[in-house]
Amino acid sequence: MRAILIIVAGLLLPAVGWGAGGGHTYPDDRIEIDWDDKAAMQRGARTFVNYCLSCHSAAYSRFNRVGQDLGIPDDVVRDNLIFTTDMNGEKTKVGALMKTTMTPEYAEQAFGITPPDLSLVARSRGVNWLYNYMRGFYVDESREGLGVNNGVFANVGMPHVLAELQGLQAPQYKTVTDSHGNEQEVIVGFELVKAGSMTPSEYDQTIHDLVAFLDYLAEPYKQTRKNVGTGVIIFLFVFLILAYALKREYWKDVH
Amino acid sequence: MSEKQTGSGLLGWIDARFPLTKMYEEHLGKYYAPKNFNFWYFFGSLALLVLVLQIVTGIFLTMHYKPDGDLAFASVEHIMRDVDWGWLIRYLHSTGASAFFIVVYLHMFRALIYGSYQKPRELIWIFGMFIFLALMAEAFMGYLLPWGQMSYWGAQVIISLFGAIPFVGDELTLWIRGDFVISDATLNRFFALHVIAVPLVLLMLVVMHIIALHEVGSNNPDGVEIKKNKDENGIPLDGIPFHPYYTVKDIVGVVVFLILFSVVVFFMPEMGGYFLEYANFVPADQFKTPEHIAPVWYFTPFYAILRAIPDKLMGVIAMFAAIAVLFFMPWIDRGKVKSVRYRSGAFKLLLVMLVVSFIGLGYLGALPATETRTLFARLFSVGYFGFFVGLWWISKNEKTRPVPERVQ
Repeated sequence: MRAILIIVAGLLLPAVGWGAGGGHTYPDDRIEIDWDDKAAMQRGARTFVNYCLSCHSAAYSRFNRVGQDLGIPDDVVRDNLIFTTDMNGEKTKVGALMKTTMTPEYAEQAFGITPPDLSLVARSRGVNWLYNYMRGFYVDESREGLGVNNGVFANVGMPHVLAELQGLQAPQYKTVTDSHGNEQEVIVGFELVKAGSMTPSEYDQTIHDLVAFLDYLAEPYKQTRKNVGTGVIIFLFVFLILAYALKREYWKDVH
Repeated sequence: MSEKQTGSGLLGWIDARFPLTKMYEEHLGKYYAPKNFNFWYFFGSLALLVLVLQIVTGIFLTMHYKPDGDLAFASVEHIMRDVDWGWLIRYLHSTGASAFFIVVYLHMFRALIYGSYQKPRELIWIFGMFIFLALMAEAFMGYLLPWGQMSYWGAQVIISLFGAIPFVGDELTLWIRGDFVISDATLNRFFALHVIAVPLVLLMLVVMHIIALHEVGSNNPDGVEIKKNKDENGIPLDGIPFHPYYTVKDIVGVVVFLILFSVVVFFMPEMGGYFLEYANFVPADQFKTPEHIAPVWYFTPFYAILRAIPDKLMGVIAMFAAIAVLFFMPWIDRGKVKSVRYRSGAFKLLLVMLVVSFIGLGYLGALPATETRTLFARLFSVGYFGFFVGLWWISKNEKTRPVPERVQ
């Protein structure tokens, strides 16, 4: 019976997570997000509204909610985070959803695809994927109009929006043999060929902050969730002691 | 009539008009349950708890959810972000769905190890199996409602299975979807079925399950009929009133369950992609198939059986047979001894084979198929069905140990 119990317990544990598809990707680094580091998220929010929000939306989220959660007053949000206008041509209200001004039709003409909404991208792709993807653009002249490709998301339709910050990097290849015995060229490193306004470590930090913001954006209530959960579980443990004492008292006369 | 009115005051007044005291005594105060219930006997009351939890959280979700192909996904995120405590209600409901299957699978396993399906409890088992069926329908239709990619494509895969049925298959899938693809029409009808039709059936079946149980009385880990040994007042010697003894004991079980449940709800609501799949955070898109479509974990054992068989129709038949065969448990098991404690080593071996196969299938069903995995899925499928064949075969002349007169 014990053996069966152990096996059943095994069922309840997540054995494996879903990766973001197979194949070789580069870069392949991991990051830690510190949920108490509101400053990082604020910097990420600035990068997000300046570089991402013109094409991508975050339409399940509201500007003032972001402000409240990250400790930014409404007027600062209005002046520093909102650059869009609403349907009447007036500046977007602080309580509005974070929509893009680009219409889906225009976006499709420009990129061949509507840029996805980013509200939940940290939950669907994961933070590591985002961190690598935003650092994975490299020069690829064969791609008309874009001039770049991506080591994480091959042939992605997105241009390297942050090239002015990062600069441009060229891939370094190595030939490897996969498990089926086929030789293939994989990217093993990048070399900066045109400097941007940031050093590589500054750029990595900027992307880290941006991903921290996206992680916040995907589940703004995450911190509340954990705080409430801690209280609930402490309460339940106290309740458990009482419930067990009650059970023992009643069961004294069962022989 | 007057002598029937035993109580006075309000209760007496009610009892003369509605059998309140009688029902309380039949089902709680004077329902005598065996005194030797163990760990495995918590899962019935826990299933009831989760059912109530799902109904209550479900009611609050319907207040904010919009069953519309254009609005559904956004309305779920609206619940998560803009509705006060909406995230909690939604996580309770999504975690509750998985918890329901965990407790129900353990509850069913309890019945298998202690022979709770055997005579005279065949109808309890059959009502229970109908509950399991209704629960699967409920979960399947509920999973479409968030209208994410996995909602959409998971439903697509499952509904297309009906297309394998000869002659009527295509017409049938069209009828289920109400459209040529899964669309707003499908979402609306699944919403109606999920919030009204199936819950009604589910509640009715649960009532029948409990009434049947209280008619014949509970089995126990020794598989002894406690009604065979009664005292001078007709009370089973090994029985204790459900209330207060098992109510206070079940509260302990409920609290332990809630602690584990809270760990998931508050600290890992996605459960590593098993309870909430990552691809479901992308809105449904009928032009973009996800790289890997997997049903939610509680369906994966049956899905793995389906995939293990190369022919689609045979696969569908095998998958449905895997569930249907359970209905016949009371007659497949020809043994007279109920509890695993007094059954043969062969029975224990079969049980281990069933558990390993079922978990193995569940694990494989969640992963993309490869050659090796398909081979294992076939092996486990044989193991799963082998349990029933083996049980029928060994139970005729099983070498069992003597069953005690009273519970130990």
